Amino acid sequence: MSAATNQAHAGEEGTRRDFIYIAAGAAAAVGAAATIWPFIDQMNPAADTLALSTTEVDLSAVVVGQQIKVMWQGKPVFVRHRTAAEIAAAQRDDYANLKDPQHDAERLLQENGQPGKAEWLILQASCTHLGCVPTFVTGSSYGGWFCPCHGSDYDTSGRIRRGPAPRNLDVAPYVFVTDTSIRIG
Amino acid sequence: MSGPSTYEPKTAFTRWLDKRLPIIRFGYDSFVAYPTPRNLNYWWTFGAILALCLVVQIVSGVVLAMHYVPHVDYAFASVQRIERDVPYGWLIQNMHAVGASMFFLAVYLHMFKGLYYGSYKAPREVLWILGCIIYLLMVATAFLGYSLPWGQMSFWAATVITNLIGALPLVGEGLKNWLMGGFSVDQPTLNRFFSLHYLLPFVIAGVVALHIWALHESGQNNPTGVDVKSKADTVPFTPHATIKDLFAVALFLILFSVFIFYMPDALGHADNFIPANPLQTPPEIVPEWYLLPFYAILRAFDFNIGPIDSKLAGVLAMFASIGILFLLPWLDTSRVRSMRYRPVARQFFLIFVVVCLVLGWCGGQNPANILARSGDFTASLRWVEGGQTTTQDFTAPSEQQFEATAASMRETMAGRGATMTMVSRAGATNATITAVIGGTEQTRNLSAYSVEALEEEIIAAKAEIGAGAPFFVIERNTPMTFTVTNLSQLATLYYFLFFLVILPILGLRETPGRVPDTIAKPVLAKEVA
Repeated sequence: MSAATNQAHAGEEGTRRDFIYIAAGAAAAVGAAATIWPFIDQMNPAADTLALSTTEVDLSAVVVGQQIKVMWQGKPVFVRHRTAAEIAAAQRDDYANLKDPQHDAERLLQENGQPGKAEWLILQASCTHLGCVPTFVTGSSYGGWFCPCHGSDYDTSGRIRRGPAPRNLDVAPYVFVTDTSIRIG
Repeated sequence: MSGPSTYEPKTAFTRWLDKRLPIIRFGYDSFVAYPTPRNLNYWWTFGAILALCLVVQIVSGVVLAMHYVPHVDYAFASVQRIERDVPYGWLIQNMHAVGASMFFLAVYLHMFKGLYYGSYKAPREVLWILGCIIYLLMVATAFLGYSLPWGQMSFWAATVITNLIGALPLVGEGLKNWLMGGFSVDQPTLNRFFSLHYLLPFVIAGVVALHIWALHESGQNNPTGVDVKSKADTVPFTPHATIKDLFAVALFLILFSVFIFYMPDALGHADNFIPANPLQTPPEIVPEWYLLPFYAILRAFDFNIGPIDSKLAGVLAMFASIGILFLLPWLDTSRVRSMRYRPVARQFFLIFVVVCLVLGWCGGQNPANILARSGDFTASLRWVEGGQTTTQDFTAPSEQQFEATAASMRETMAGRGATMTMVSRAGATNATITAVIGGTEQTRNLSAYSVEALEEEIIAAKAEIGAGAPFFVIERNTPMTFTVTNLSQLATLYYFLFFLVILPILGLRETPGRVPDTIAKPVLAKEVA
C-alpha cells in the first residue's frame, strides 16, 4: 500500500484515488463477467435444439390397440391408442392398492388443464427407476408396460404396480391441436 | 528440501545457457541430485508409473483424435475404423482404452500407499490435496472419454450420470440441460465431451507439475514416516530412484501389454460394441470397473433422508466420498505418520481396503440380488371347492364409507352361509361382492426362493386348480432378506465412519508402536556428519 493511501486511511476519508481504484476494479469485474458469460451460455441448448422441443403427432394413423413411439427432445414418448378393455381396466384400478395413487383421468389431463381423451394415453417412455425404456407386453400381469431392466410392472394407465420403480410413468405434456393431432411439449 | 543447487555447468554453451535460462540446472536439481530417502520401498514407484500413464494417454489420445469423428452418426463407426483399417490403429486404440484402466489401477495403489504411510500429514497437506484434484480430474476425463465410442454403454452411462445432476434441487434441471446442450444426450453432448476430453489431460498435466513441485518442496515421506534427519539418510534421485522406478515401470508395462495384446476388451463391457440407441436401454447399466465403488455408494441410498430424496442423497454421498479425501489431513488426528507404528489403525485400514473392494463388487451387481434370507418366500392359496357362487353389486353411500360398506356386505354374506367372499371394486363407490356358499375350504402352501419364482408358482397353482375354484384368497409372506443394496449400505457406512469417526478418535486414543532407535535416532549421521 502506498504512502498516499495510508494517509487517506489515517484521515478516515477516501481520496479521489481510492474512488478511482474501486471504480476501475468494479468496471473490470463487470467487464470480466460480461466476457465470461457468452462462454458459459454457449453451452445451453442452441436455437435449433430448442426448435425441436415440441413435436406434433398425427393420431389418425394410429389404430385402436396400437402404440407409436415418437421422439420428443431426443427422448422417446409412447402414444397409445387404448382399447375399450384397457380403458376399463385402467378406470377400475383407480381404487386398487397403488404405490403412487393417481386416477386414470388425472393421467389423461392435457397440459392446459383440459381433460384428455380416454383412448389416448401419452407417456414418457422412461422407467422411473433408472430410466430404461419399458415395453408394452400384452398379457403381462397388469396388462400394461413391463421394464426389462429390473422388472417394474406398469398397468394400462402407466401406473407402477409392482417392482422397484418409485413412481408412475411420467405423463408427457401435450395438448390436442385438432381432434386427430396432438402437440407434445 | 534439496538445499542449494550443486549443478556446475561443464561446457561453454551450458554456462552461457545457465545464465539465461537455468533449465538444465532445474532438471539436474529435480531429477538427478534430488535427495530421496534411502528406505523407500516399491510402493514409492507409482509416481513414475503414473507419469508414464499420463504420457501414454496423451500421446495415444492425440493420435486417436486424428481419426475419430465426434458425430452421433459416425463416432461408433470411426472407432471401428481405427480398430480395423487405420495402420496400427488397433494397437493405439487398445493402448488408450486399456491405458485408462491401468492409470486407475496405479492411482488407486498410489492413494492407498499415501493413506497407509500417512503421506497426507503435515507438511504434505497441499501435496495430498493436489493429488485429490488430479484424481477428480481423472474421473471426469475418464467419464467423458468413455462416452466417445458412442456404444450402448457409452450413451447410457452418459445419460445416467447427467441425470444425476438433475437430482440437485432448483438448479439441477437447468444445469443438466446446460451440460448436455439439449434435453437429452445427443450431438451437442458428444461434441463438447470430445472437446473437454481433449482439454482435461493437459489440465491434469498442469496440476501434476504443481504436485511434483509441492513434493520437492516438502520432500518425500518414507515407510517409517519419520523425517529424514540428515544427508546420510538420503541417496541422490539418479541413479538410485530412477533405476528402481524404471524397473517397476518395466514390470507394470508387462501387465499393461498382457491386456493390450491378449485381452484388450476384458476390462470393458460387451454392450459397448452395440451402437448407441436412445430407444433401447441395455439390461444393466454399469460404469467401468474403476468407478464401481462410487456407483455402489450412489445406489446404496434407496431411502429418503428427511427432505432429501433417495436420488439426491445418493448423489451427495457419492461426491462426499471423494470430497472427504480433501479433508483427510485434518480428520486424522494421529501425530504418528506411518501405520507401520499404528497397530490398531492398521487393522482398520485393512478393513477399509476390503470395504473398498466390496463396494466395487456391489457396484457391478444387480442391487436387488438377495445374498441371504431368513427363509423362503411363501404364499398360501385358499379357495372353496364345490358350493354355490353368488354375486351381488352394491354401492357405498360415499367414497369414505366404502370399506365399512364392504365389511358389512361380507358379514351379510357370511350370515347367509358363505364360506369365502371377495370384493372387487369397480369405481369410487360401487363394487361387486362374490361369495361361495357351502363347499369345502381348501388351502395350498407354496414356497420359492424369490418373489418372481413365487409368482410363477402361484400362476401354475391357479392353472392347475383352474375352474375348480371361483376365486382365490392369497396371502404372501416375505422373509427377511439381505440384498446387495444392504451390503453396499454397510460398506458405505464403514467408508464414511473410517474417515469421520475412526481416524479422528483413534489418533487421540491409540498407543503407537515403538519406533526402533535405529530409525528414531540418526545413528549414521554421527559418523558421517
